[in-house]
Amino acid sequence: MSDLRVPKLWREIPQHYRLEASKCLSCGRIYFPPKTICNNCKSKNLEKTALPRKGVIETFTIIRNAPSKYELYAPYAIAIVKLENDVKILAQITDCEPAKLQIGMPVEAVIRRLYDDGENGVIHYGFKFRPVF
Amino acid sequence: MIMKPNHKVGIIGWGGYIPKYRLPVENISRIWGKDAERYKEGLMINEKAVAGPDEDTTTIAIEAAQNALKRAQINPKDIGAVFVGSESKPYAVKPTGTIVAEALGATPNLLAADLEFACKAGTEGLQCCMGLVSSGMIKYGLAIGADVAQGAPGDDLEFAAASGGAAFLISRDNEDCVATIEASYSYVTDTPDFWRRAEKPFPQHGEAFTGKPAYFHHIESAARNLMAELDKKPSDFKYAVFHQPNGKFPIRVAKTLGFTTAQIAPGLLVSNIGNTYSAAVPLGLSAVLDIAAPGDEILVVSYGSGAGSDAFYITVKDAIEEKRDRCLKIKEYILRRQQVGYKCYIKWRRHIIGQPR
Ligand SMILES: [Zn+2]
Repeated sequence: MSDLRVPKLWREIPQHYRLEASKCLSCGRIYFPPKTICNNCKSKNLEKTALPRKGVIETFTIIRNAPSKYELYAPYAIAIVKLENDVKILAQITDCEPAKLQIGMPVEAVIRRLYDDGENGVIHYGFKFRPVF
Repeated sequence: MIMKPNHKVGIIGWGGYIPKYRLPVENISRIWGKDAERYKEGLMINEKAVAGPDEDTTTIAIEAAQNALKRAQINPKDIGAVFVGSESKPYAVKPTGTIVAEALGATPNLLAADLEFACKAGTEGLQCCMGLVSSGMIKYGLAIGADVAQGAPGDDLEFAAASGGAAFLISRDNEDCVATIEASYSYVTDTPDFWRRAEKPFPQHGEAFTGKPAYFHHIESAARNLMAELDKKPSDFKYAVFHQPNGKFPIRVAKTLGFTTAQIAPGLLVSNIGNTYSAAVPLGLSAVLDIAAPGDEILVVSYGSGAGSDAFYITVKDAIEEKRDRCLKIKEYILRRQQVGYKCYIKWRRHIIGQPR
């Protein structure tokens, strides 16, 4: 079962490790996760672009009853982060007690463990955001 | 033998990382019915840096390397080798270096390898990069020391074993380099002072055996031999960084070798963050580079149980001034701190039977 996930995780490494998005060369729209066809103008002319690593928390919610693979990290916050180029992405917040989170708080992307695929499985790394200090 | 590259090499970027969380000595001693003051005085450690639940050697190595890259401002595709020195690899089999290289955007045309030599695996990466860069085999090399060090619950090591990482980008010496690594000297013997058997979670140590024949003999030999070969004396150096398993050992070895407290203080971080193993000397050197001035001479000596020492003679260059402020400094990471309790620490390190992992 669990090893079926590995090819998907592997394909998503550029977006999880480097915040790689796709940008439509026809209309300029940026997609994250990346797309191959532009929703806006249907162009297939998209190129890879790295998202800025800083932004602010636009809104957030606190997860107290986490799915089993995230249980170790509960309670934790999931936020919509508005990046410096106005692209909004959904991400977990780390290195901050949920009670101290605020809308508008400046945050930056860091690479952390997202979850382990069981004790014998692959470790899934990817971006989270932490308060800027 | 002194190791001097044919073509001079330098550090073009450096950076470190220390997790936010601290476990004070009192929080450990209380659980095990031990005297906190005795440990604080004996080890000269107040608290140790502890990785968060979503951190490990890989994530620590990545942030340290990202900082080195911010200072170097080179194209990551020009990095020809990544070495990660650690004794706490997240995978027993699967390289840490490939994950780091992928996160930096350095893949796929490079060499990646993990190194292990207790607490000196980080400085071995520096030597590997010196050789590969000096010979012209690669343009830039990345050497990282990172650890999430573990002591068995209740063991003396638990008071010191800490988390952190530091990274150095090595280049042929040019005006963009912040320092020249003039020479290195390694001194290695088979000394069983500390070890961890395969598939065992915690290390064993030879108690009183860890001092004189181990730490002191190897550091003193490497330092003395390097200085003799270079015709250098302790007073020639502005700074010296020695491996710091506790606060007492580096102070004593400095005194024996003829260095002053002022020379070692900027690179001595152990009281605030504990023993970060493979990262201890790399972090000490990073903290020194954070404040060093052009012309400063630095002696660096690591120690790894098992046992061996790598010594380096480093001279600081002009480019350090403009590169210093390009990323977070070691001091800023030390000041960003939040104390945690013992139970939280044990849960984060996944030591509770049946707990979520
Ligand atoms: Zn479009």
